[in-house]
Amino acid sequence: MCGIAGYCGGTLSPERGADYLRRMVATLRHRGPDGEGTLLRTEAGLAHRRLAIVGLADGAQPMASENGALAVAFNGEIYNYVELREDLIARGHRFHTQSDTEVLLALFARNGVDCLADLNGDFAFAIHDEASRTLVLARDRMGVRPLYYAEHEGALFFASEIKALLALPGMTAEIDPLALDQIFTLWFPIPPRTAFRGIRELPPGHLMTVRDGRIAIRPWWQASFPDHRETTTPRPPHDRTEELRALLADATRLRLRADVPVGAYLSGGLDSSFIAALAAETAPHDLRTFSLTFDSAEHDESGWQRKMAATLGVTSESVACDAQAIAALFPETMRHVESPVLRTAPVPLHLLSSRVRESGMKAVLTGEGADELFAGYDIFREARVRRFCGRQPGSTRRPLLFQRLYPYLPGLKQQSPEYLARFFATGSETFDDPLYSHRPRFRSTAAAKLFFSAGLRREIGDYDATAELAERLPADFSRWHPLHQAQYLETAFLLPGYILSSQGDRVMMANGVEGRFPFLDPRVVDFAAALPPEAKLCGLREKHILKQAAHGLVPAEIVNRPKQPYRAPDSEAFTAPAAAAWLDTALSPERLAETGLFNPPAVAKLKDKVIRGQATGFRDNAAFIGILSTELLRDAFAAQSTQHSAQTGMG
Amino acid sequence: MSDEIKTTVRTFVVENFLFGDDSQPLASDLSFIDNDLIDSTGILELVGFLEERFAITVADADIVPANLDTIDRIAGFIARKQAA
Repeated sequence: MCGIAGYCGGTLSPERGADYLRRMVATLRHRGPDGEGTLLRTEAGLAHRRLAIVGLADGAQPMASENGALAVAFNGEIYNYVELREDLIARGHRFHTQSDTEVLLALFARNGVDCLADLNGDFAFAIHDEASRTLVLARDRMGVRPLYYAEHEGALFFASEIKALLALPGMTAEIDPLALDQIFTLWFPIPPRTAFRGIRELPPGHLMTVRDGRIAIRPWWQASFPDHRETTTPRPPHDRTEELRALLADATRLRLRADVPVGAYLSGGLDSSFIAALAAETAPHDLRTFSLTFDSAEHDESGWQRKMAATLGVTSESVACDAQAIAALFPETMRHVESPVLRTAPVPLHLLSSRVRESGMKAVLTGEGADELFAGYDIFREARVRRFCGRQPGSTRRPLLFQRLYPYLPGLKQQSPEYLARFFATGSETFDDPLYSHRPRFRSTAAAKLFFSAGLRREIGDYDATAELAERLPADFSRWHPLHQAQYLETAFLLPGYILSSQGDRVMMANGVEGRFPFLDPRVVDFAAALPPEAKLCGLREKHILKQAAHGLVPAEIVNRPKQPYRAPDSEAFTAPAAAAWLDTALSPERLAETGLFNPPAVAKLKDKVIRGQATGFRDNAAFIGILSTELLRDAFAAQSTQHSAQTGMG
Repeated sequence: MSDEIKTTVRTFVVENFLFGDDSQPLASDLSFIDNDLIDSTGILELVGFLEERFAITVADADIVPANLDTIDRIAGFIARKQAA
């Protein structure tokens, strides 16, 4: 688990190539504090920062094959490398190290990019083949590990983080207006677009080939669901539950493979409790868990965390997070997140990974992915209730179900059925809309675009982010069950575009901590996709089969407790009297006017509302955090460009 | 009287939900929900304002789009309340 960077093509001199590699990899030190390496090839260069977790003594990178033809810079883990290695040895291959990196090289040498299908892991890698003068970049199925690229000075540059590309002389950090429109509508930029102009992301499950200056990108894996009109004989529920439990146990066992101890995050909810329970059964060492606590009752789950830790008899550590900590850490977090966000939720997770690292640990298991694969999110239940209401549009009773969906949103409790029906757009005329499940979210989020400046609006024009998203859907999407359509939108877009990046890799690797996600094992992903919808969302009972599988391992109170989505104080973190001192500078009218993205008088009124503690609605919160994060992001990277110019001048 | 009510409500909506953006005229018959001016929390902000500003009491049963979704409807609603 590390950071990688490199380039291919162009006419860079070896000296300039080496200089660019050094500049890029220097920005990735936090991802790999244990070592650094660079390798210059005829038309390419690879660089690597190492976080040593597997093959501590002999896993240095970049690594070349025995004959020197192939060289790799690899970020991530291949959890089934032991089995792959044994298979290759049986076929006559001789290994010189104990690392999974050498296994990847050997597999690639044997099968080329077809080897990707054999990998059970989270990875982003670059392999250069000197013989065919080809560079291959590839990224894991779900988008756990990041990989960005940019064309610059006639060459293709790539890196684990955007800041490495911005370290190249001549690269500038400019916010992409369409990306901002996408984030202020969908919560994520649609890949390959990123928040920055000219910088692209290799989409999850895709590979890129660079040869003779030509770039080709194609998917090697895509999420898919069965045709819901085809009837299959369902397997007995008991068999399915047993199979799921066995799969998760094995997925967890593989993710405990490391030459250092692996800990676990424990939120107090079902998903992380289940994974911690499975890990406690098989971990070769005493499991240590890490949890976040909040002083606000609506966010805190410490009682559940204590209960689960006591059940497992594990060593548990808690990190207290409050509004002041969120405000104080927000600018630093944005430097790592590298994308505007509409919530502060990445900040506490940054704090948590910091504690993991202070405890001397480098890797943790988490329960991420369960809500997407097993239909845990409220948006799945909401879509089902909307369809239920839409079938009887005149009903004044059916919309009352929305209040049951969101017991933690007091604003909804006081709404009449008429308002609930209007807010959740329960008209039946949109049943065929491919984005049906997400329309209320997209619509309420897009209301935050009210604060866009006139100039930004002109640049965006009549562009419609939801229309672009709809165009990106797979050809057979319309043949999937509505629940599976909604799951696809969450799994293929929000999961990599926000959850695994802004709340995942970026805030974990900020402190050199690797996240491992048993629910995202490809066998679990395939199993979950093939399940009938009612096995996941049974009526309005979310994660039905997962709850059944967890019985006996997780206390019944935790299995059956109402789902509490992970949230952190948003605009409350900036309310007087504790409002952060830097807020006035970050959102000053002069600064906003200079940036040109938002309307200064409107933002000033919103800021006042926040400081008075009156910004309580979804739109105001999303807008405030979105505006603030965008401005901080621009500040962070404009500063990097300035620093870079100064360095260049000195050089 | 009705025009005064409309002006007062319009000012509140522009300041509080449009954050001063009066570049587009806020027509008296413009739906707040259909135009994404107000969310579920915003309705309660609006009710709180109406109760304080016009000295009326808004019952839960009154909180329906038929009473509150446009400036015209709010003006009519307040007039009925004050006449009662």
